[in-house]
Amino acid sequence: MLSSTVTSLTVLLIVVFLFKEGVGVFDKTAMEEGFVIAINKNNPVDKLSSEQIKNIYDQKIISWEEVGGKKDSIFLFRVDDISNFYTDEQIGENFEMLPYRLSSLVDSFPGVIAFFPEKYLDKNFKGKKLEADKVTLAEFFGGEEWFPTAHPSAQLGVKPLILGTLWVSLGAILLALPLALAAAIYMSEIAKERVRRIMKPLIELLAGIPSVVYGFFGLVVIVPLIQSTFGVAVGETGLAGSIILGIMALPTIITISEDAMRNTPRAMKEASLALGASKWQTIYRVVIPHSISGISAGAILGIGRAIGETMAVLMVTGNAAVIPHGILEPMRTIPATIAAELGEAPNGGLHYKALFALGCVLFIITLFLNLTVEFISNRKKAHKH
Amino acid sequence: MFKLESKNVDVFYGSSQALKNVNIEIQNNTVTALIGPSGCGKSTYLRLFNRMNDLIDGIKIDGQVLIDGQDIYAKGVNVDILRKRVGMVFQKPNPFPKTIFENVAYGLRVNGVKDENFIRERVETSIKQVVLWDEVKDKMKRSAFELSGGQQQRLCIARAMAIEPSIILMDEPTSALDPISTSKIEELIHELKSKFTIVIVTHNMQQAARVSDKTAFFYLGELVEYGETKQIFTNPKQEKTQNYITGRFG
Amino acid sequence: MYQIDENKVTRKKKRNQKFVFFLFGAMGYFVVALLVLILTFIIYKGASAISWDFITKMPEEGMTKGGIFPAIIGTLCLVAGSMLFAFPIGVLAAIYMNEYVKDGFIKKFIKQMTNNLAGIPSIVFGLFGMSLFVNKLGFGDSILAGSLTLGLLALPVVIRTTEEALKAVDNTFRQASIGLGASKWQTTRRVVLPIAFPNIITGLILSVGRVSGETAPILFTVAAYFLPKLPTSIFDQAMALPYHLYVISTSGTNIEESRPIAYGTALVLVIIVLFTNLLANGLRKYFSKKVKMN
Repeated sequence: MLSSTVTSLTVLLIVVFLFKEGVGVFDKTAMEEGFVIAINKNNPVDKLSSEQIKNIYDQKIISWEEVGGKKDSIFLFRVDDISNFYTDEQIGENFEMLPYRLSSLVDSFPGVIAFFPEKYLDKNFKGKKLEADKVTLAEFFGGEEWFPTAHPSAQLGVKPLILGTLWVSLGAILLALPLALAAAIYMSEIAKERVRRIMKPLIELLAGIPSVVYGFFGLVVIVPLIQSTFGVAVGETGLAGSIILGIMALPTIITISEDAMRNTPRAMKEASLALGASKWQTIYRVVIPHSISGISAGAILGIGRAIGETMAVLMVTGNAAVIPHGILEPMRTIPATIAAELGEAPNGGLHYKALFALGCVLFIITLFLNLTVEFISNRKKAHKH
Repeated sequence: MFKLESKNVDVFYGSSQALKNVNIEIQNNTVTALIGPSGCGKSTYLRLFNRMNDLIDGIKIDGQVLIDGQDIYAKGVNVDILRKRVGMVFQKPNPFPKTIFENVAYGLRVNGVKDENFIRERVETSIKQVVLWDEVKDKMKRSAFELSGGQQQRLCIARAMAIEPSIILMDEPTSALDPISTSKIEELIHELKSKFTIVIVTHNMQQAARVSDKTAFFYLGELVEYGETKQIFTNPKQEKTQNYITGRFG
Repeated sequence: MYQIDENKVTRKKKRNQKFVFFLFGAMGYFVVALLVLILTFIIYKGASAISWDFITKMPEEGMTKGGIFPAIIGTLCLVAGSMLFAFPIGVLAAIYMNEYVKDGFIKKFIKQMTNNLAGIPSIVFGLFGMSLFVNKLGFGDSILAGSLTLGLLALPVVIRTTEEALKAVDNTFRQASIGLGASKWQTTRRVVLPIAFPNIITGLILSVGRVSGETAPILFTVAAYFLPKLPTSIFDQAMALPYHLYVISTSGTNIEESRPIAYGTALVLVIIVLFTNLLANGLRKYFSKKVKMN
């Protein structure tokens, strides 16, 4: 029956589509498509990385010396600047003279760097066209700036996004884990059955509330609260994300670890009590060691949920794609980046593919966490027999 | 004075009565077997002596249960200390998810013993008492789950003995074991008799006949007959007892 | 024997236990209090926004006034579409897995894959839906593409709950039926499925709750910021409740003025979740009583 393979098939398809598009980013150049960057033919520089190009255009690099050239200051030229050098007649009504003028302009300024559409590249261009490098893995994972729409060269460093994701999720787990474990222990070992029967469905309900509602709650309650409590300029911070994600991870951790603790054989608990141990001693010396794999599975799945969560985070973390230095700064996570930017990324372009590559990263992280959980619970089974 | 004694004990689970007016006196350093068909109340009765039944919601206990002449259900009785004096061995071997050493040391640790040398000595003595020492002395740091079922059960007995109780309750201790492990445990019960008062619940009538001095036969929550084991098995006074031990029901 | 002061030790044990239990109890109730807080907040703030007009009218004046009717309709379409896709396939897959496939490598593999699928973040489903349904298959931003994406997301949920329902059916029923000469399929259809049916339906209801609140998968596959009309075919774009809440609370033209609408929309979403949960629990109880009585 085909239907049974549907999940395997879906996973396979997801992998194929995600990676086909995502890996495509490394087959592209960071340079804007259809444009060229040209320099004077006597300039010894042959190559510029996309980061260098960006810094040149941001005027953070002002001398060719800084990128391995001569001691010559850099003269920035954009195609719109042409009217400063030539009259409209010299360019021609339909820009028919533009390629020629560009060529001679590049030829006459030794320190020039020119950025213009490829269609205006003269057949006998007298300058040197810079070859644009393909995006590399090192740039992608090592780059410290995420600026996929930058002119003329996009910056595709995912480090700020990965760090943002980690900060927010770790914060969430630090907040959620102690609460969740206490609640799970209380429900499974301490509370009366009657109390437990009310608490459990309530906590399961917590899992059912849509993430966008959590995000909205965070936006109207948590964010202003953080702003006034910590006196920060904007309340949309990593901390706001951590709090909301922490609340969202609670039911996952509670339910799974509670189940694990309730699976502790009654006889094992009785044996401990029969030796004169108190109920609490029994819990931390017998019940917790016995259910430790279930508890860790719950915690890992909670982290997984936090890492993959999109909407709530998108709404409360402020989404600044910079490397975070503290939990009270705006941050941007991988899923939030995809959600915020995919709508504006032209189909099949560099930005689009870069977002799919982010999807691949996310997929690999969550798959890894899932497999870890599977491994832990399998080891537990083997251990029992 | 008797070691263990129950006077007019009634036990109710909610509205159903599990034990009806049970009176038994048990002498020091004897083995007493509790027999009877499933659900007759023998396990409930056993668990009265270390107040294990307290854990069940909606249970009600009337009458008196005495250890060394003291009512253990009286107000102000410290259950933890009581349970320290009354060891218990369960139906299935139930070691903790810890090392062999820590399993036996457990009772000492939870009762506040900190002296590691003392703990080591007690662990060794207890394991030797259950004749397990030669089999485990080289793997004290290994998980208790690595032992065979019979070894695990002997470890559980050692665990109960490490805190030096004067009474050991056994709830069908061999029902999950093979014949060889069973006979080892039975031998052990014989040897332990000189130091402990043992009460054992068993389904196996040959076992009761082999190991016990006295036998109590329960049926539907009532104590039908209580007496010398030999007498119960050769010349029971009650017809119900006769029917049960000859296998006509049960 | 080693001398310890038993009373001192037990007093200490009691004190520790009391403290810890109090702490854990407090934390447990704190978790419940959080939930109650979130729910009461949304209900309190949203209640004043909700009216008959709110449910049945089009948005007006840049979504700062009027109702959320098209978003409700859109969500209904998406839920129906995704369930039409996921439910039959999921149930069939679960039946096949549970009744036909023998334990072994293949079963383990399929199980693992189902688990993996359940663990994939919803935004990745969104990416996938966009590249396959919207672009590759050319459905464009449409109810069809959105439903299929949401359906894939719901699939592992349906499979899991159905499998659990089937597992809960006692094997003696199967043996009895096979013993009477029924074929495997007859047994499954006439004996196993009727017994498992209530639990399967419960799973369906719970996945409806889940699907109706998902935002990330529909961002790029169907959701429209604002549409003045209702969808007329499965190739139309549509508004949807969760997306509507997202846009009017973060990127609307006038966020402050549209807050009441946002509260109202959040409340509608919460009501859907509460309702599906209660319904599922109620059904479960009702059916379990019925089975006991027979």
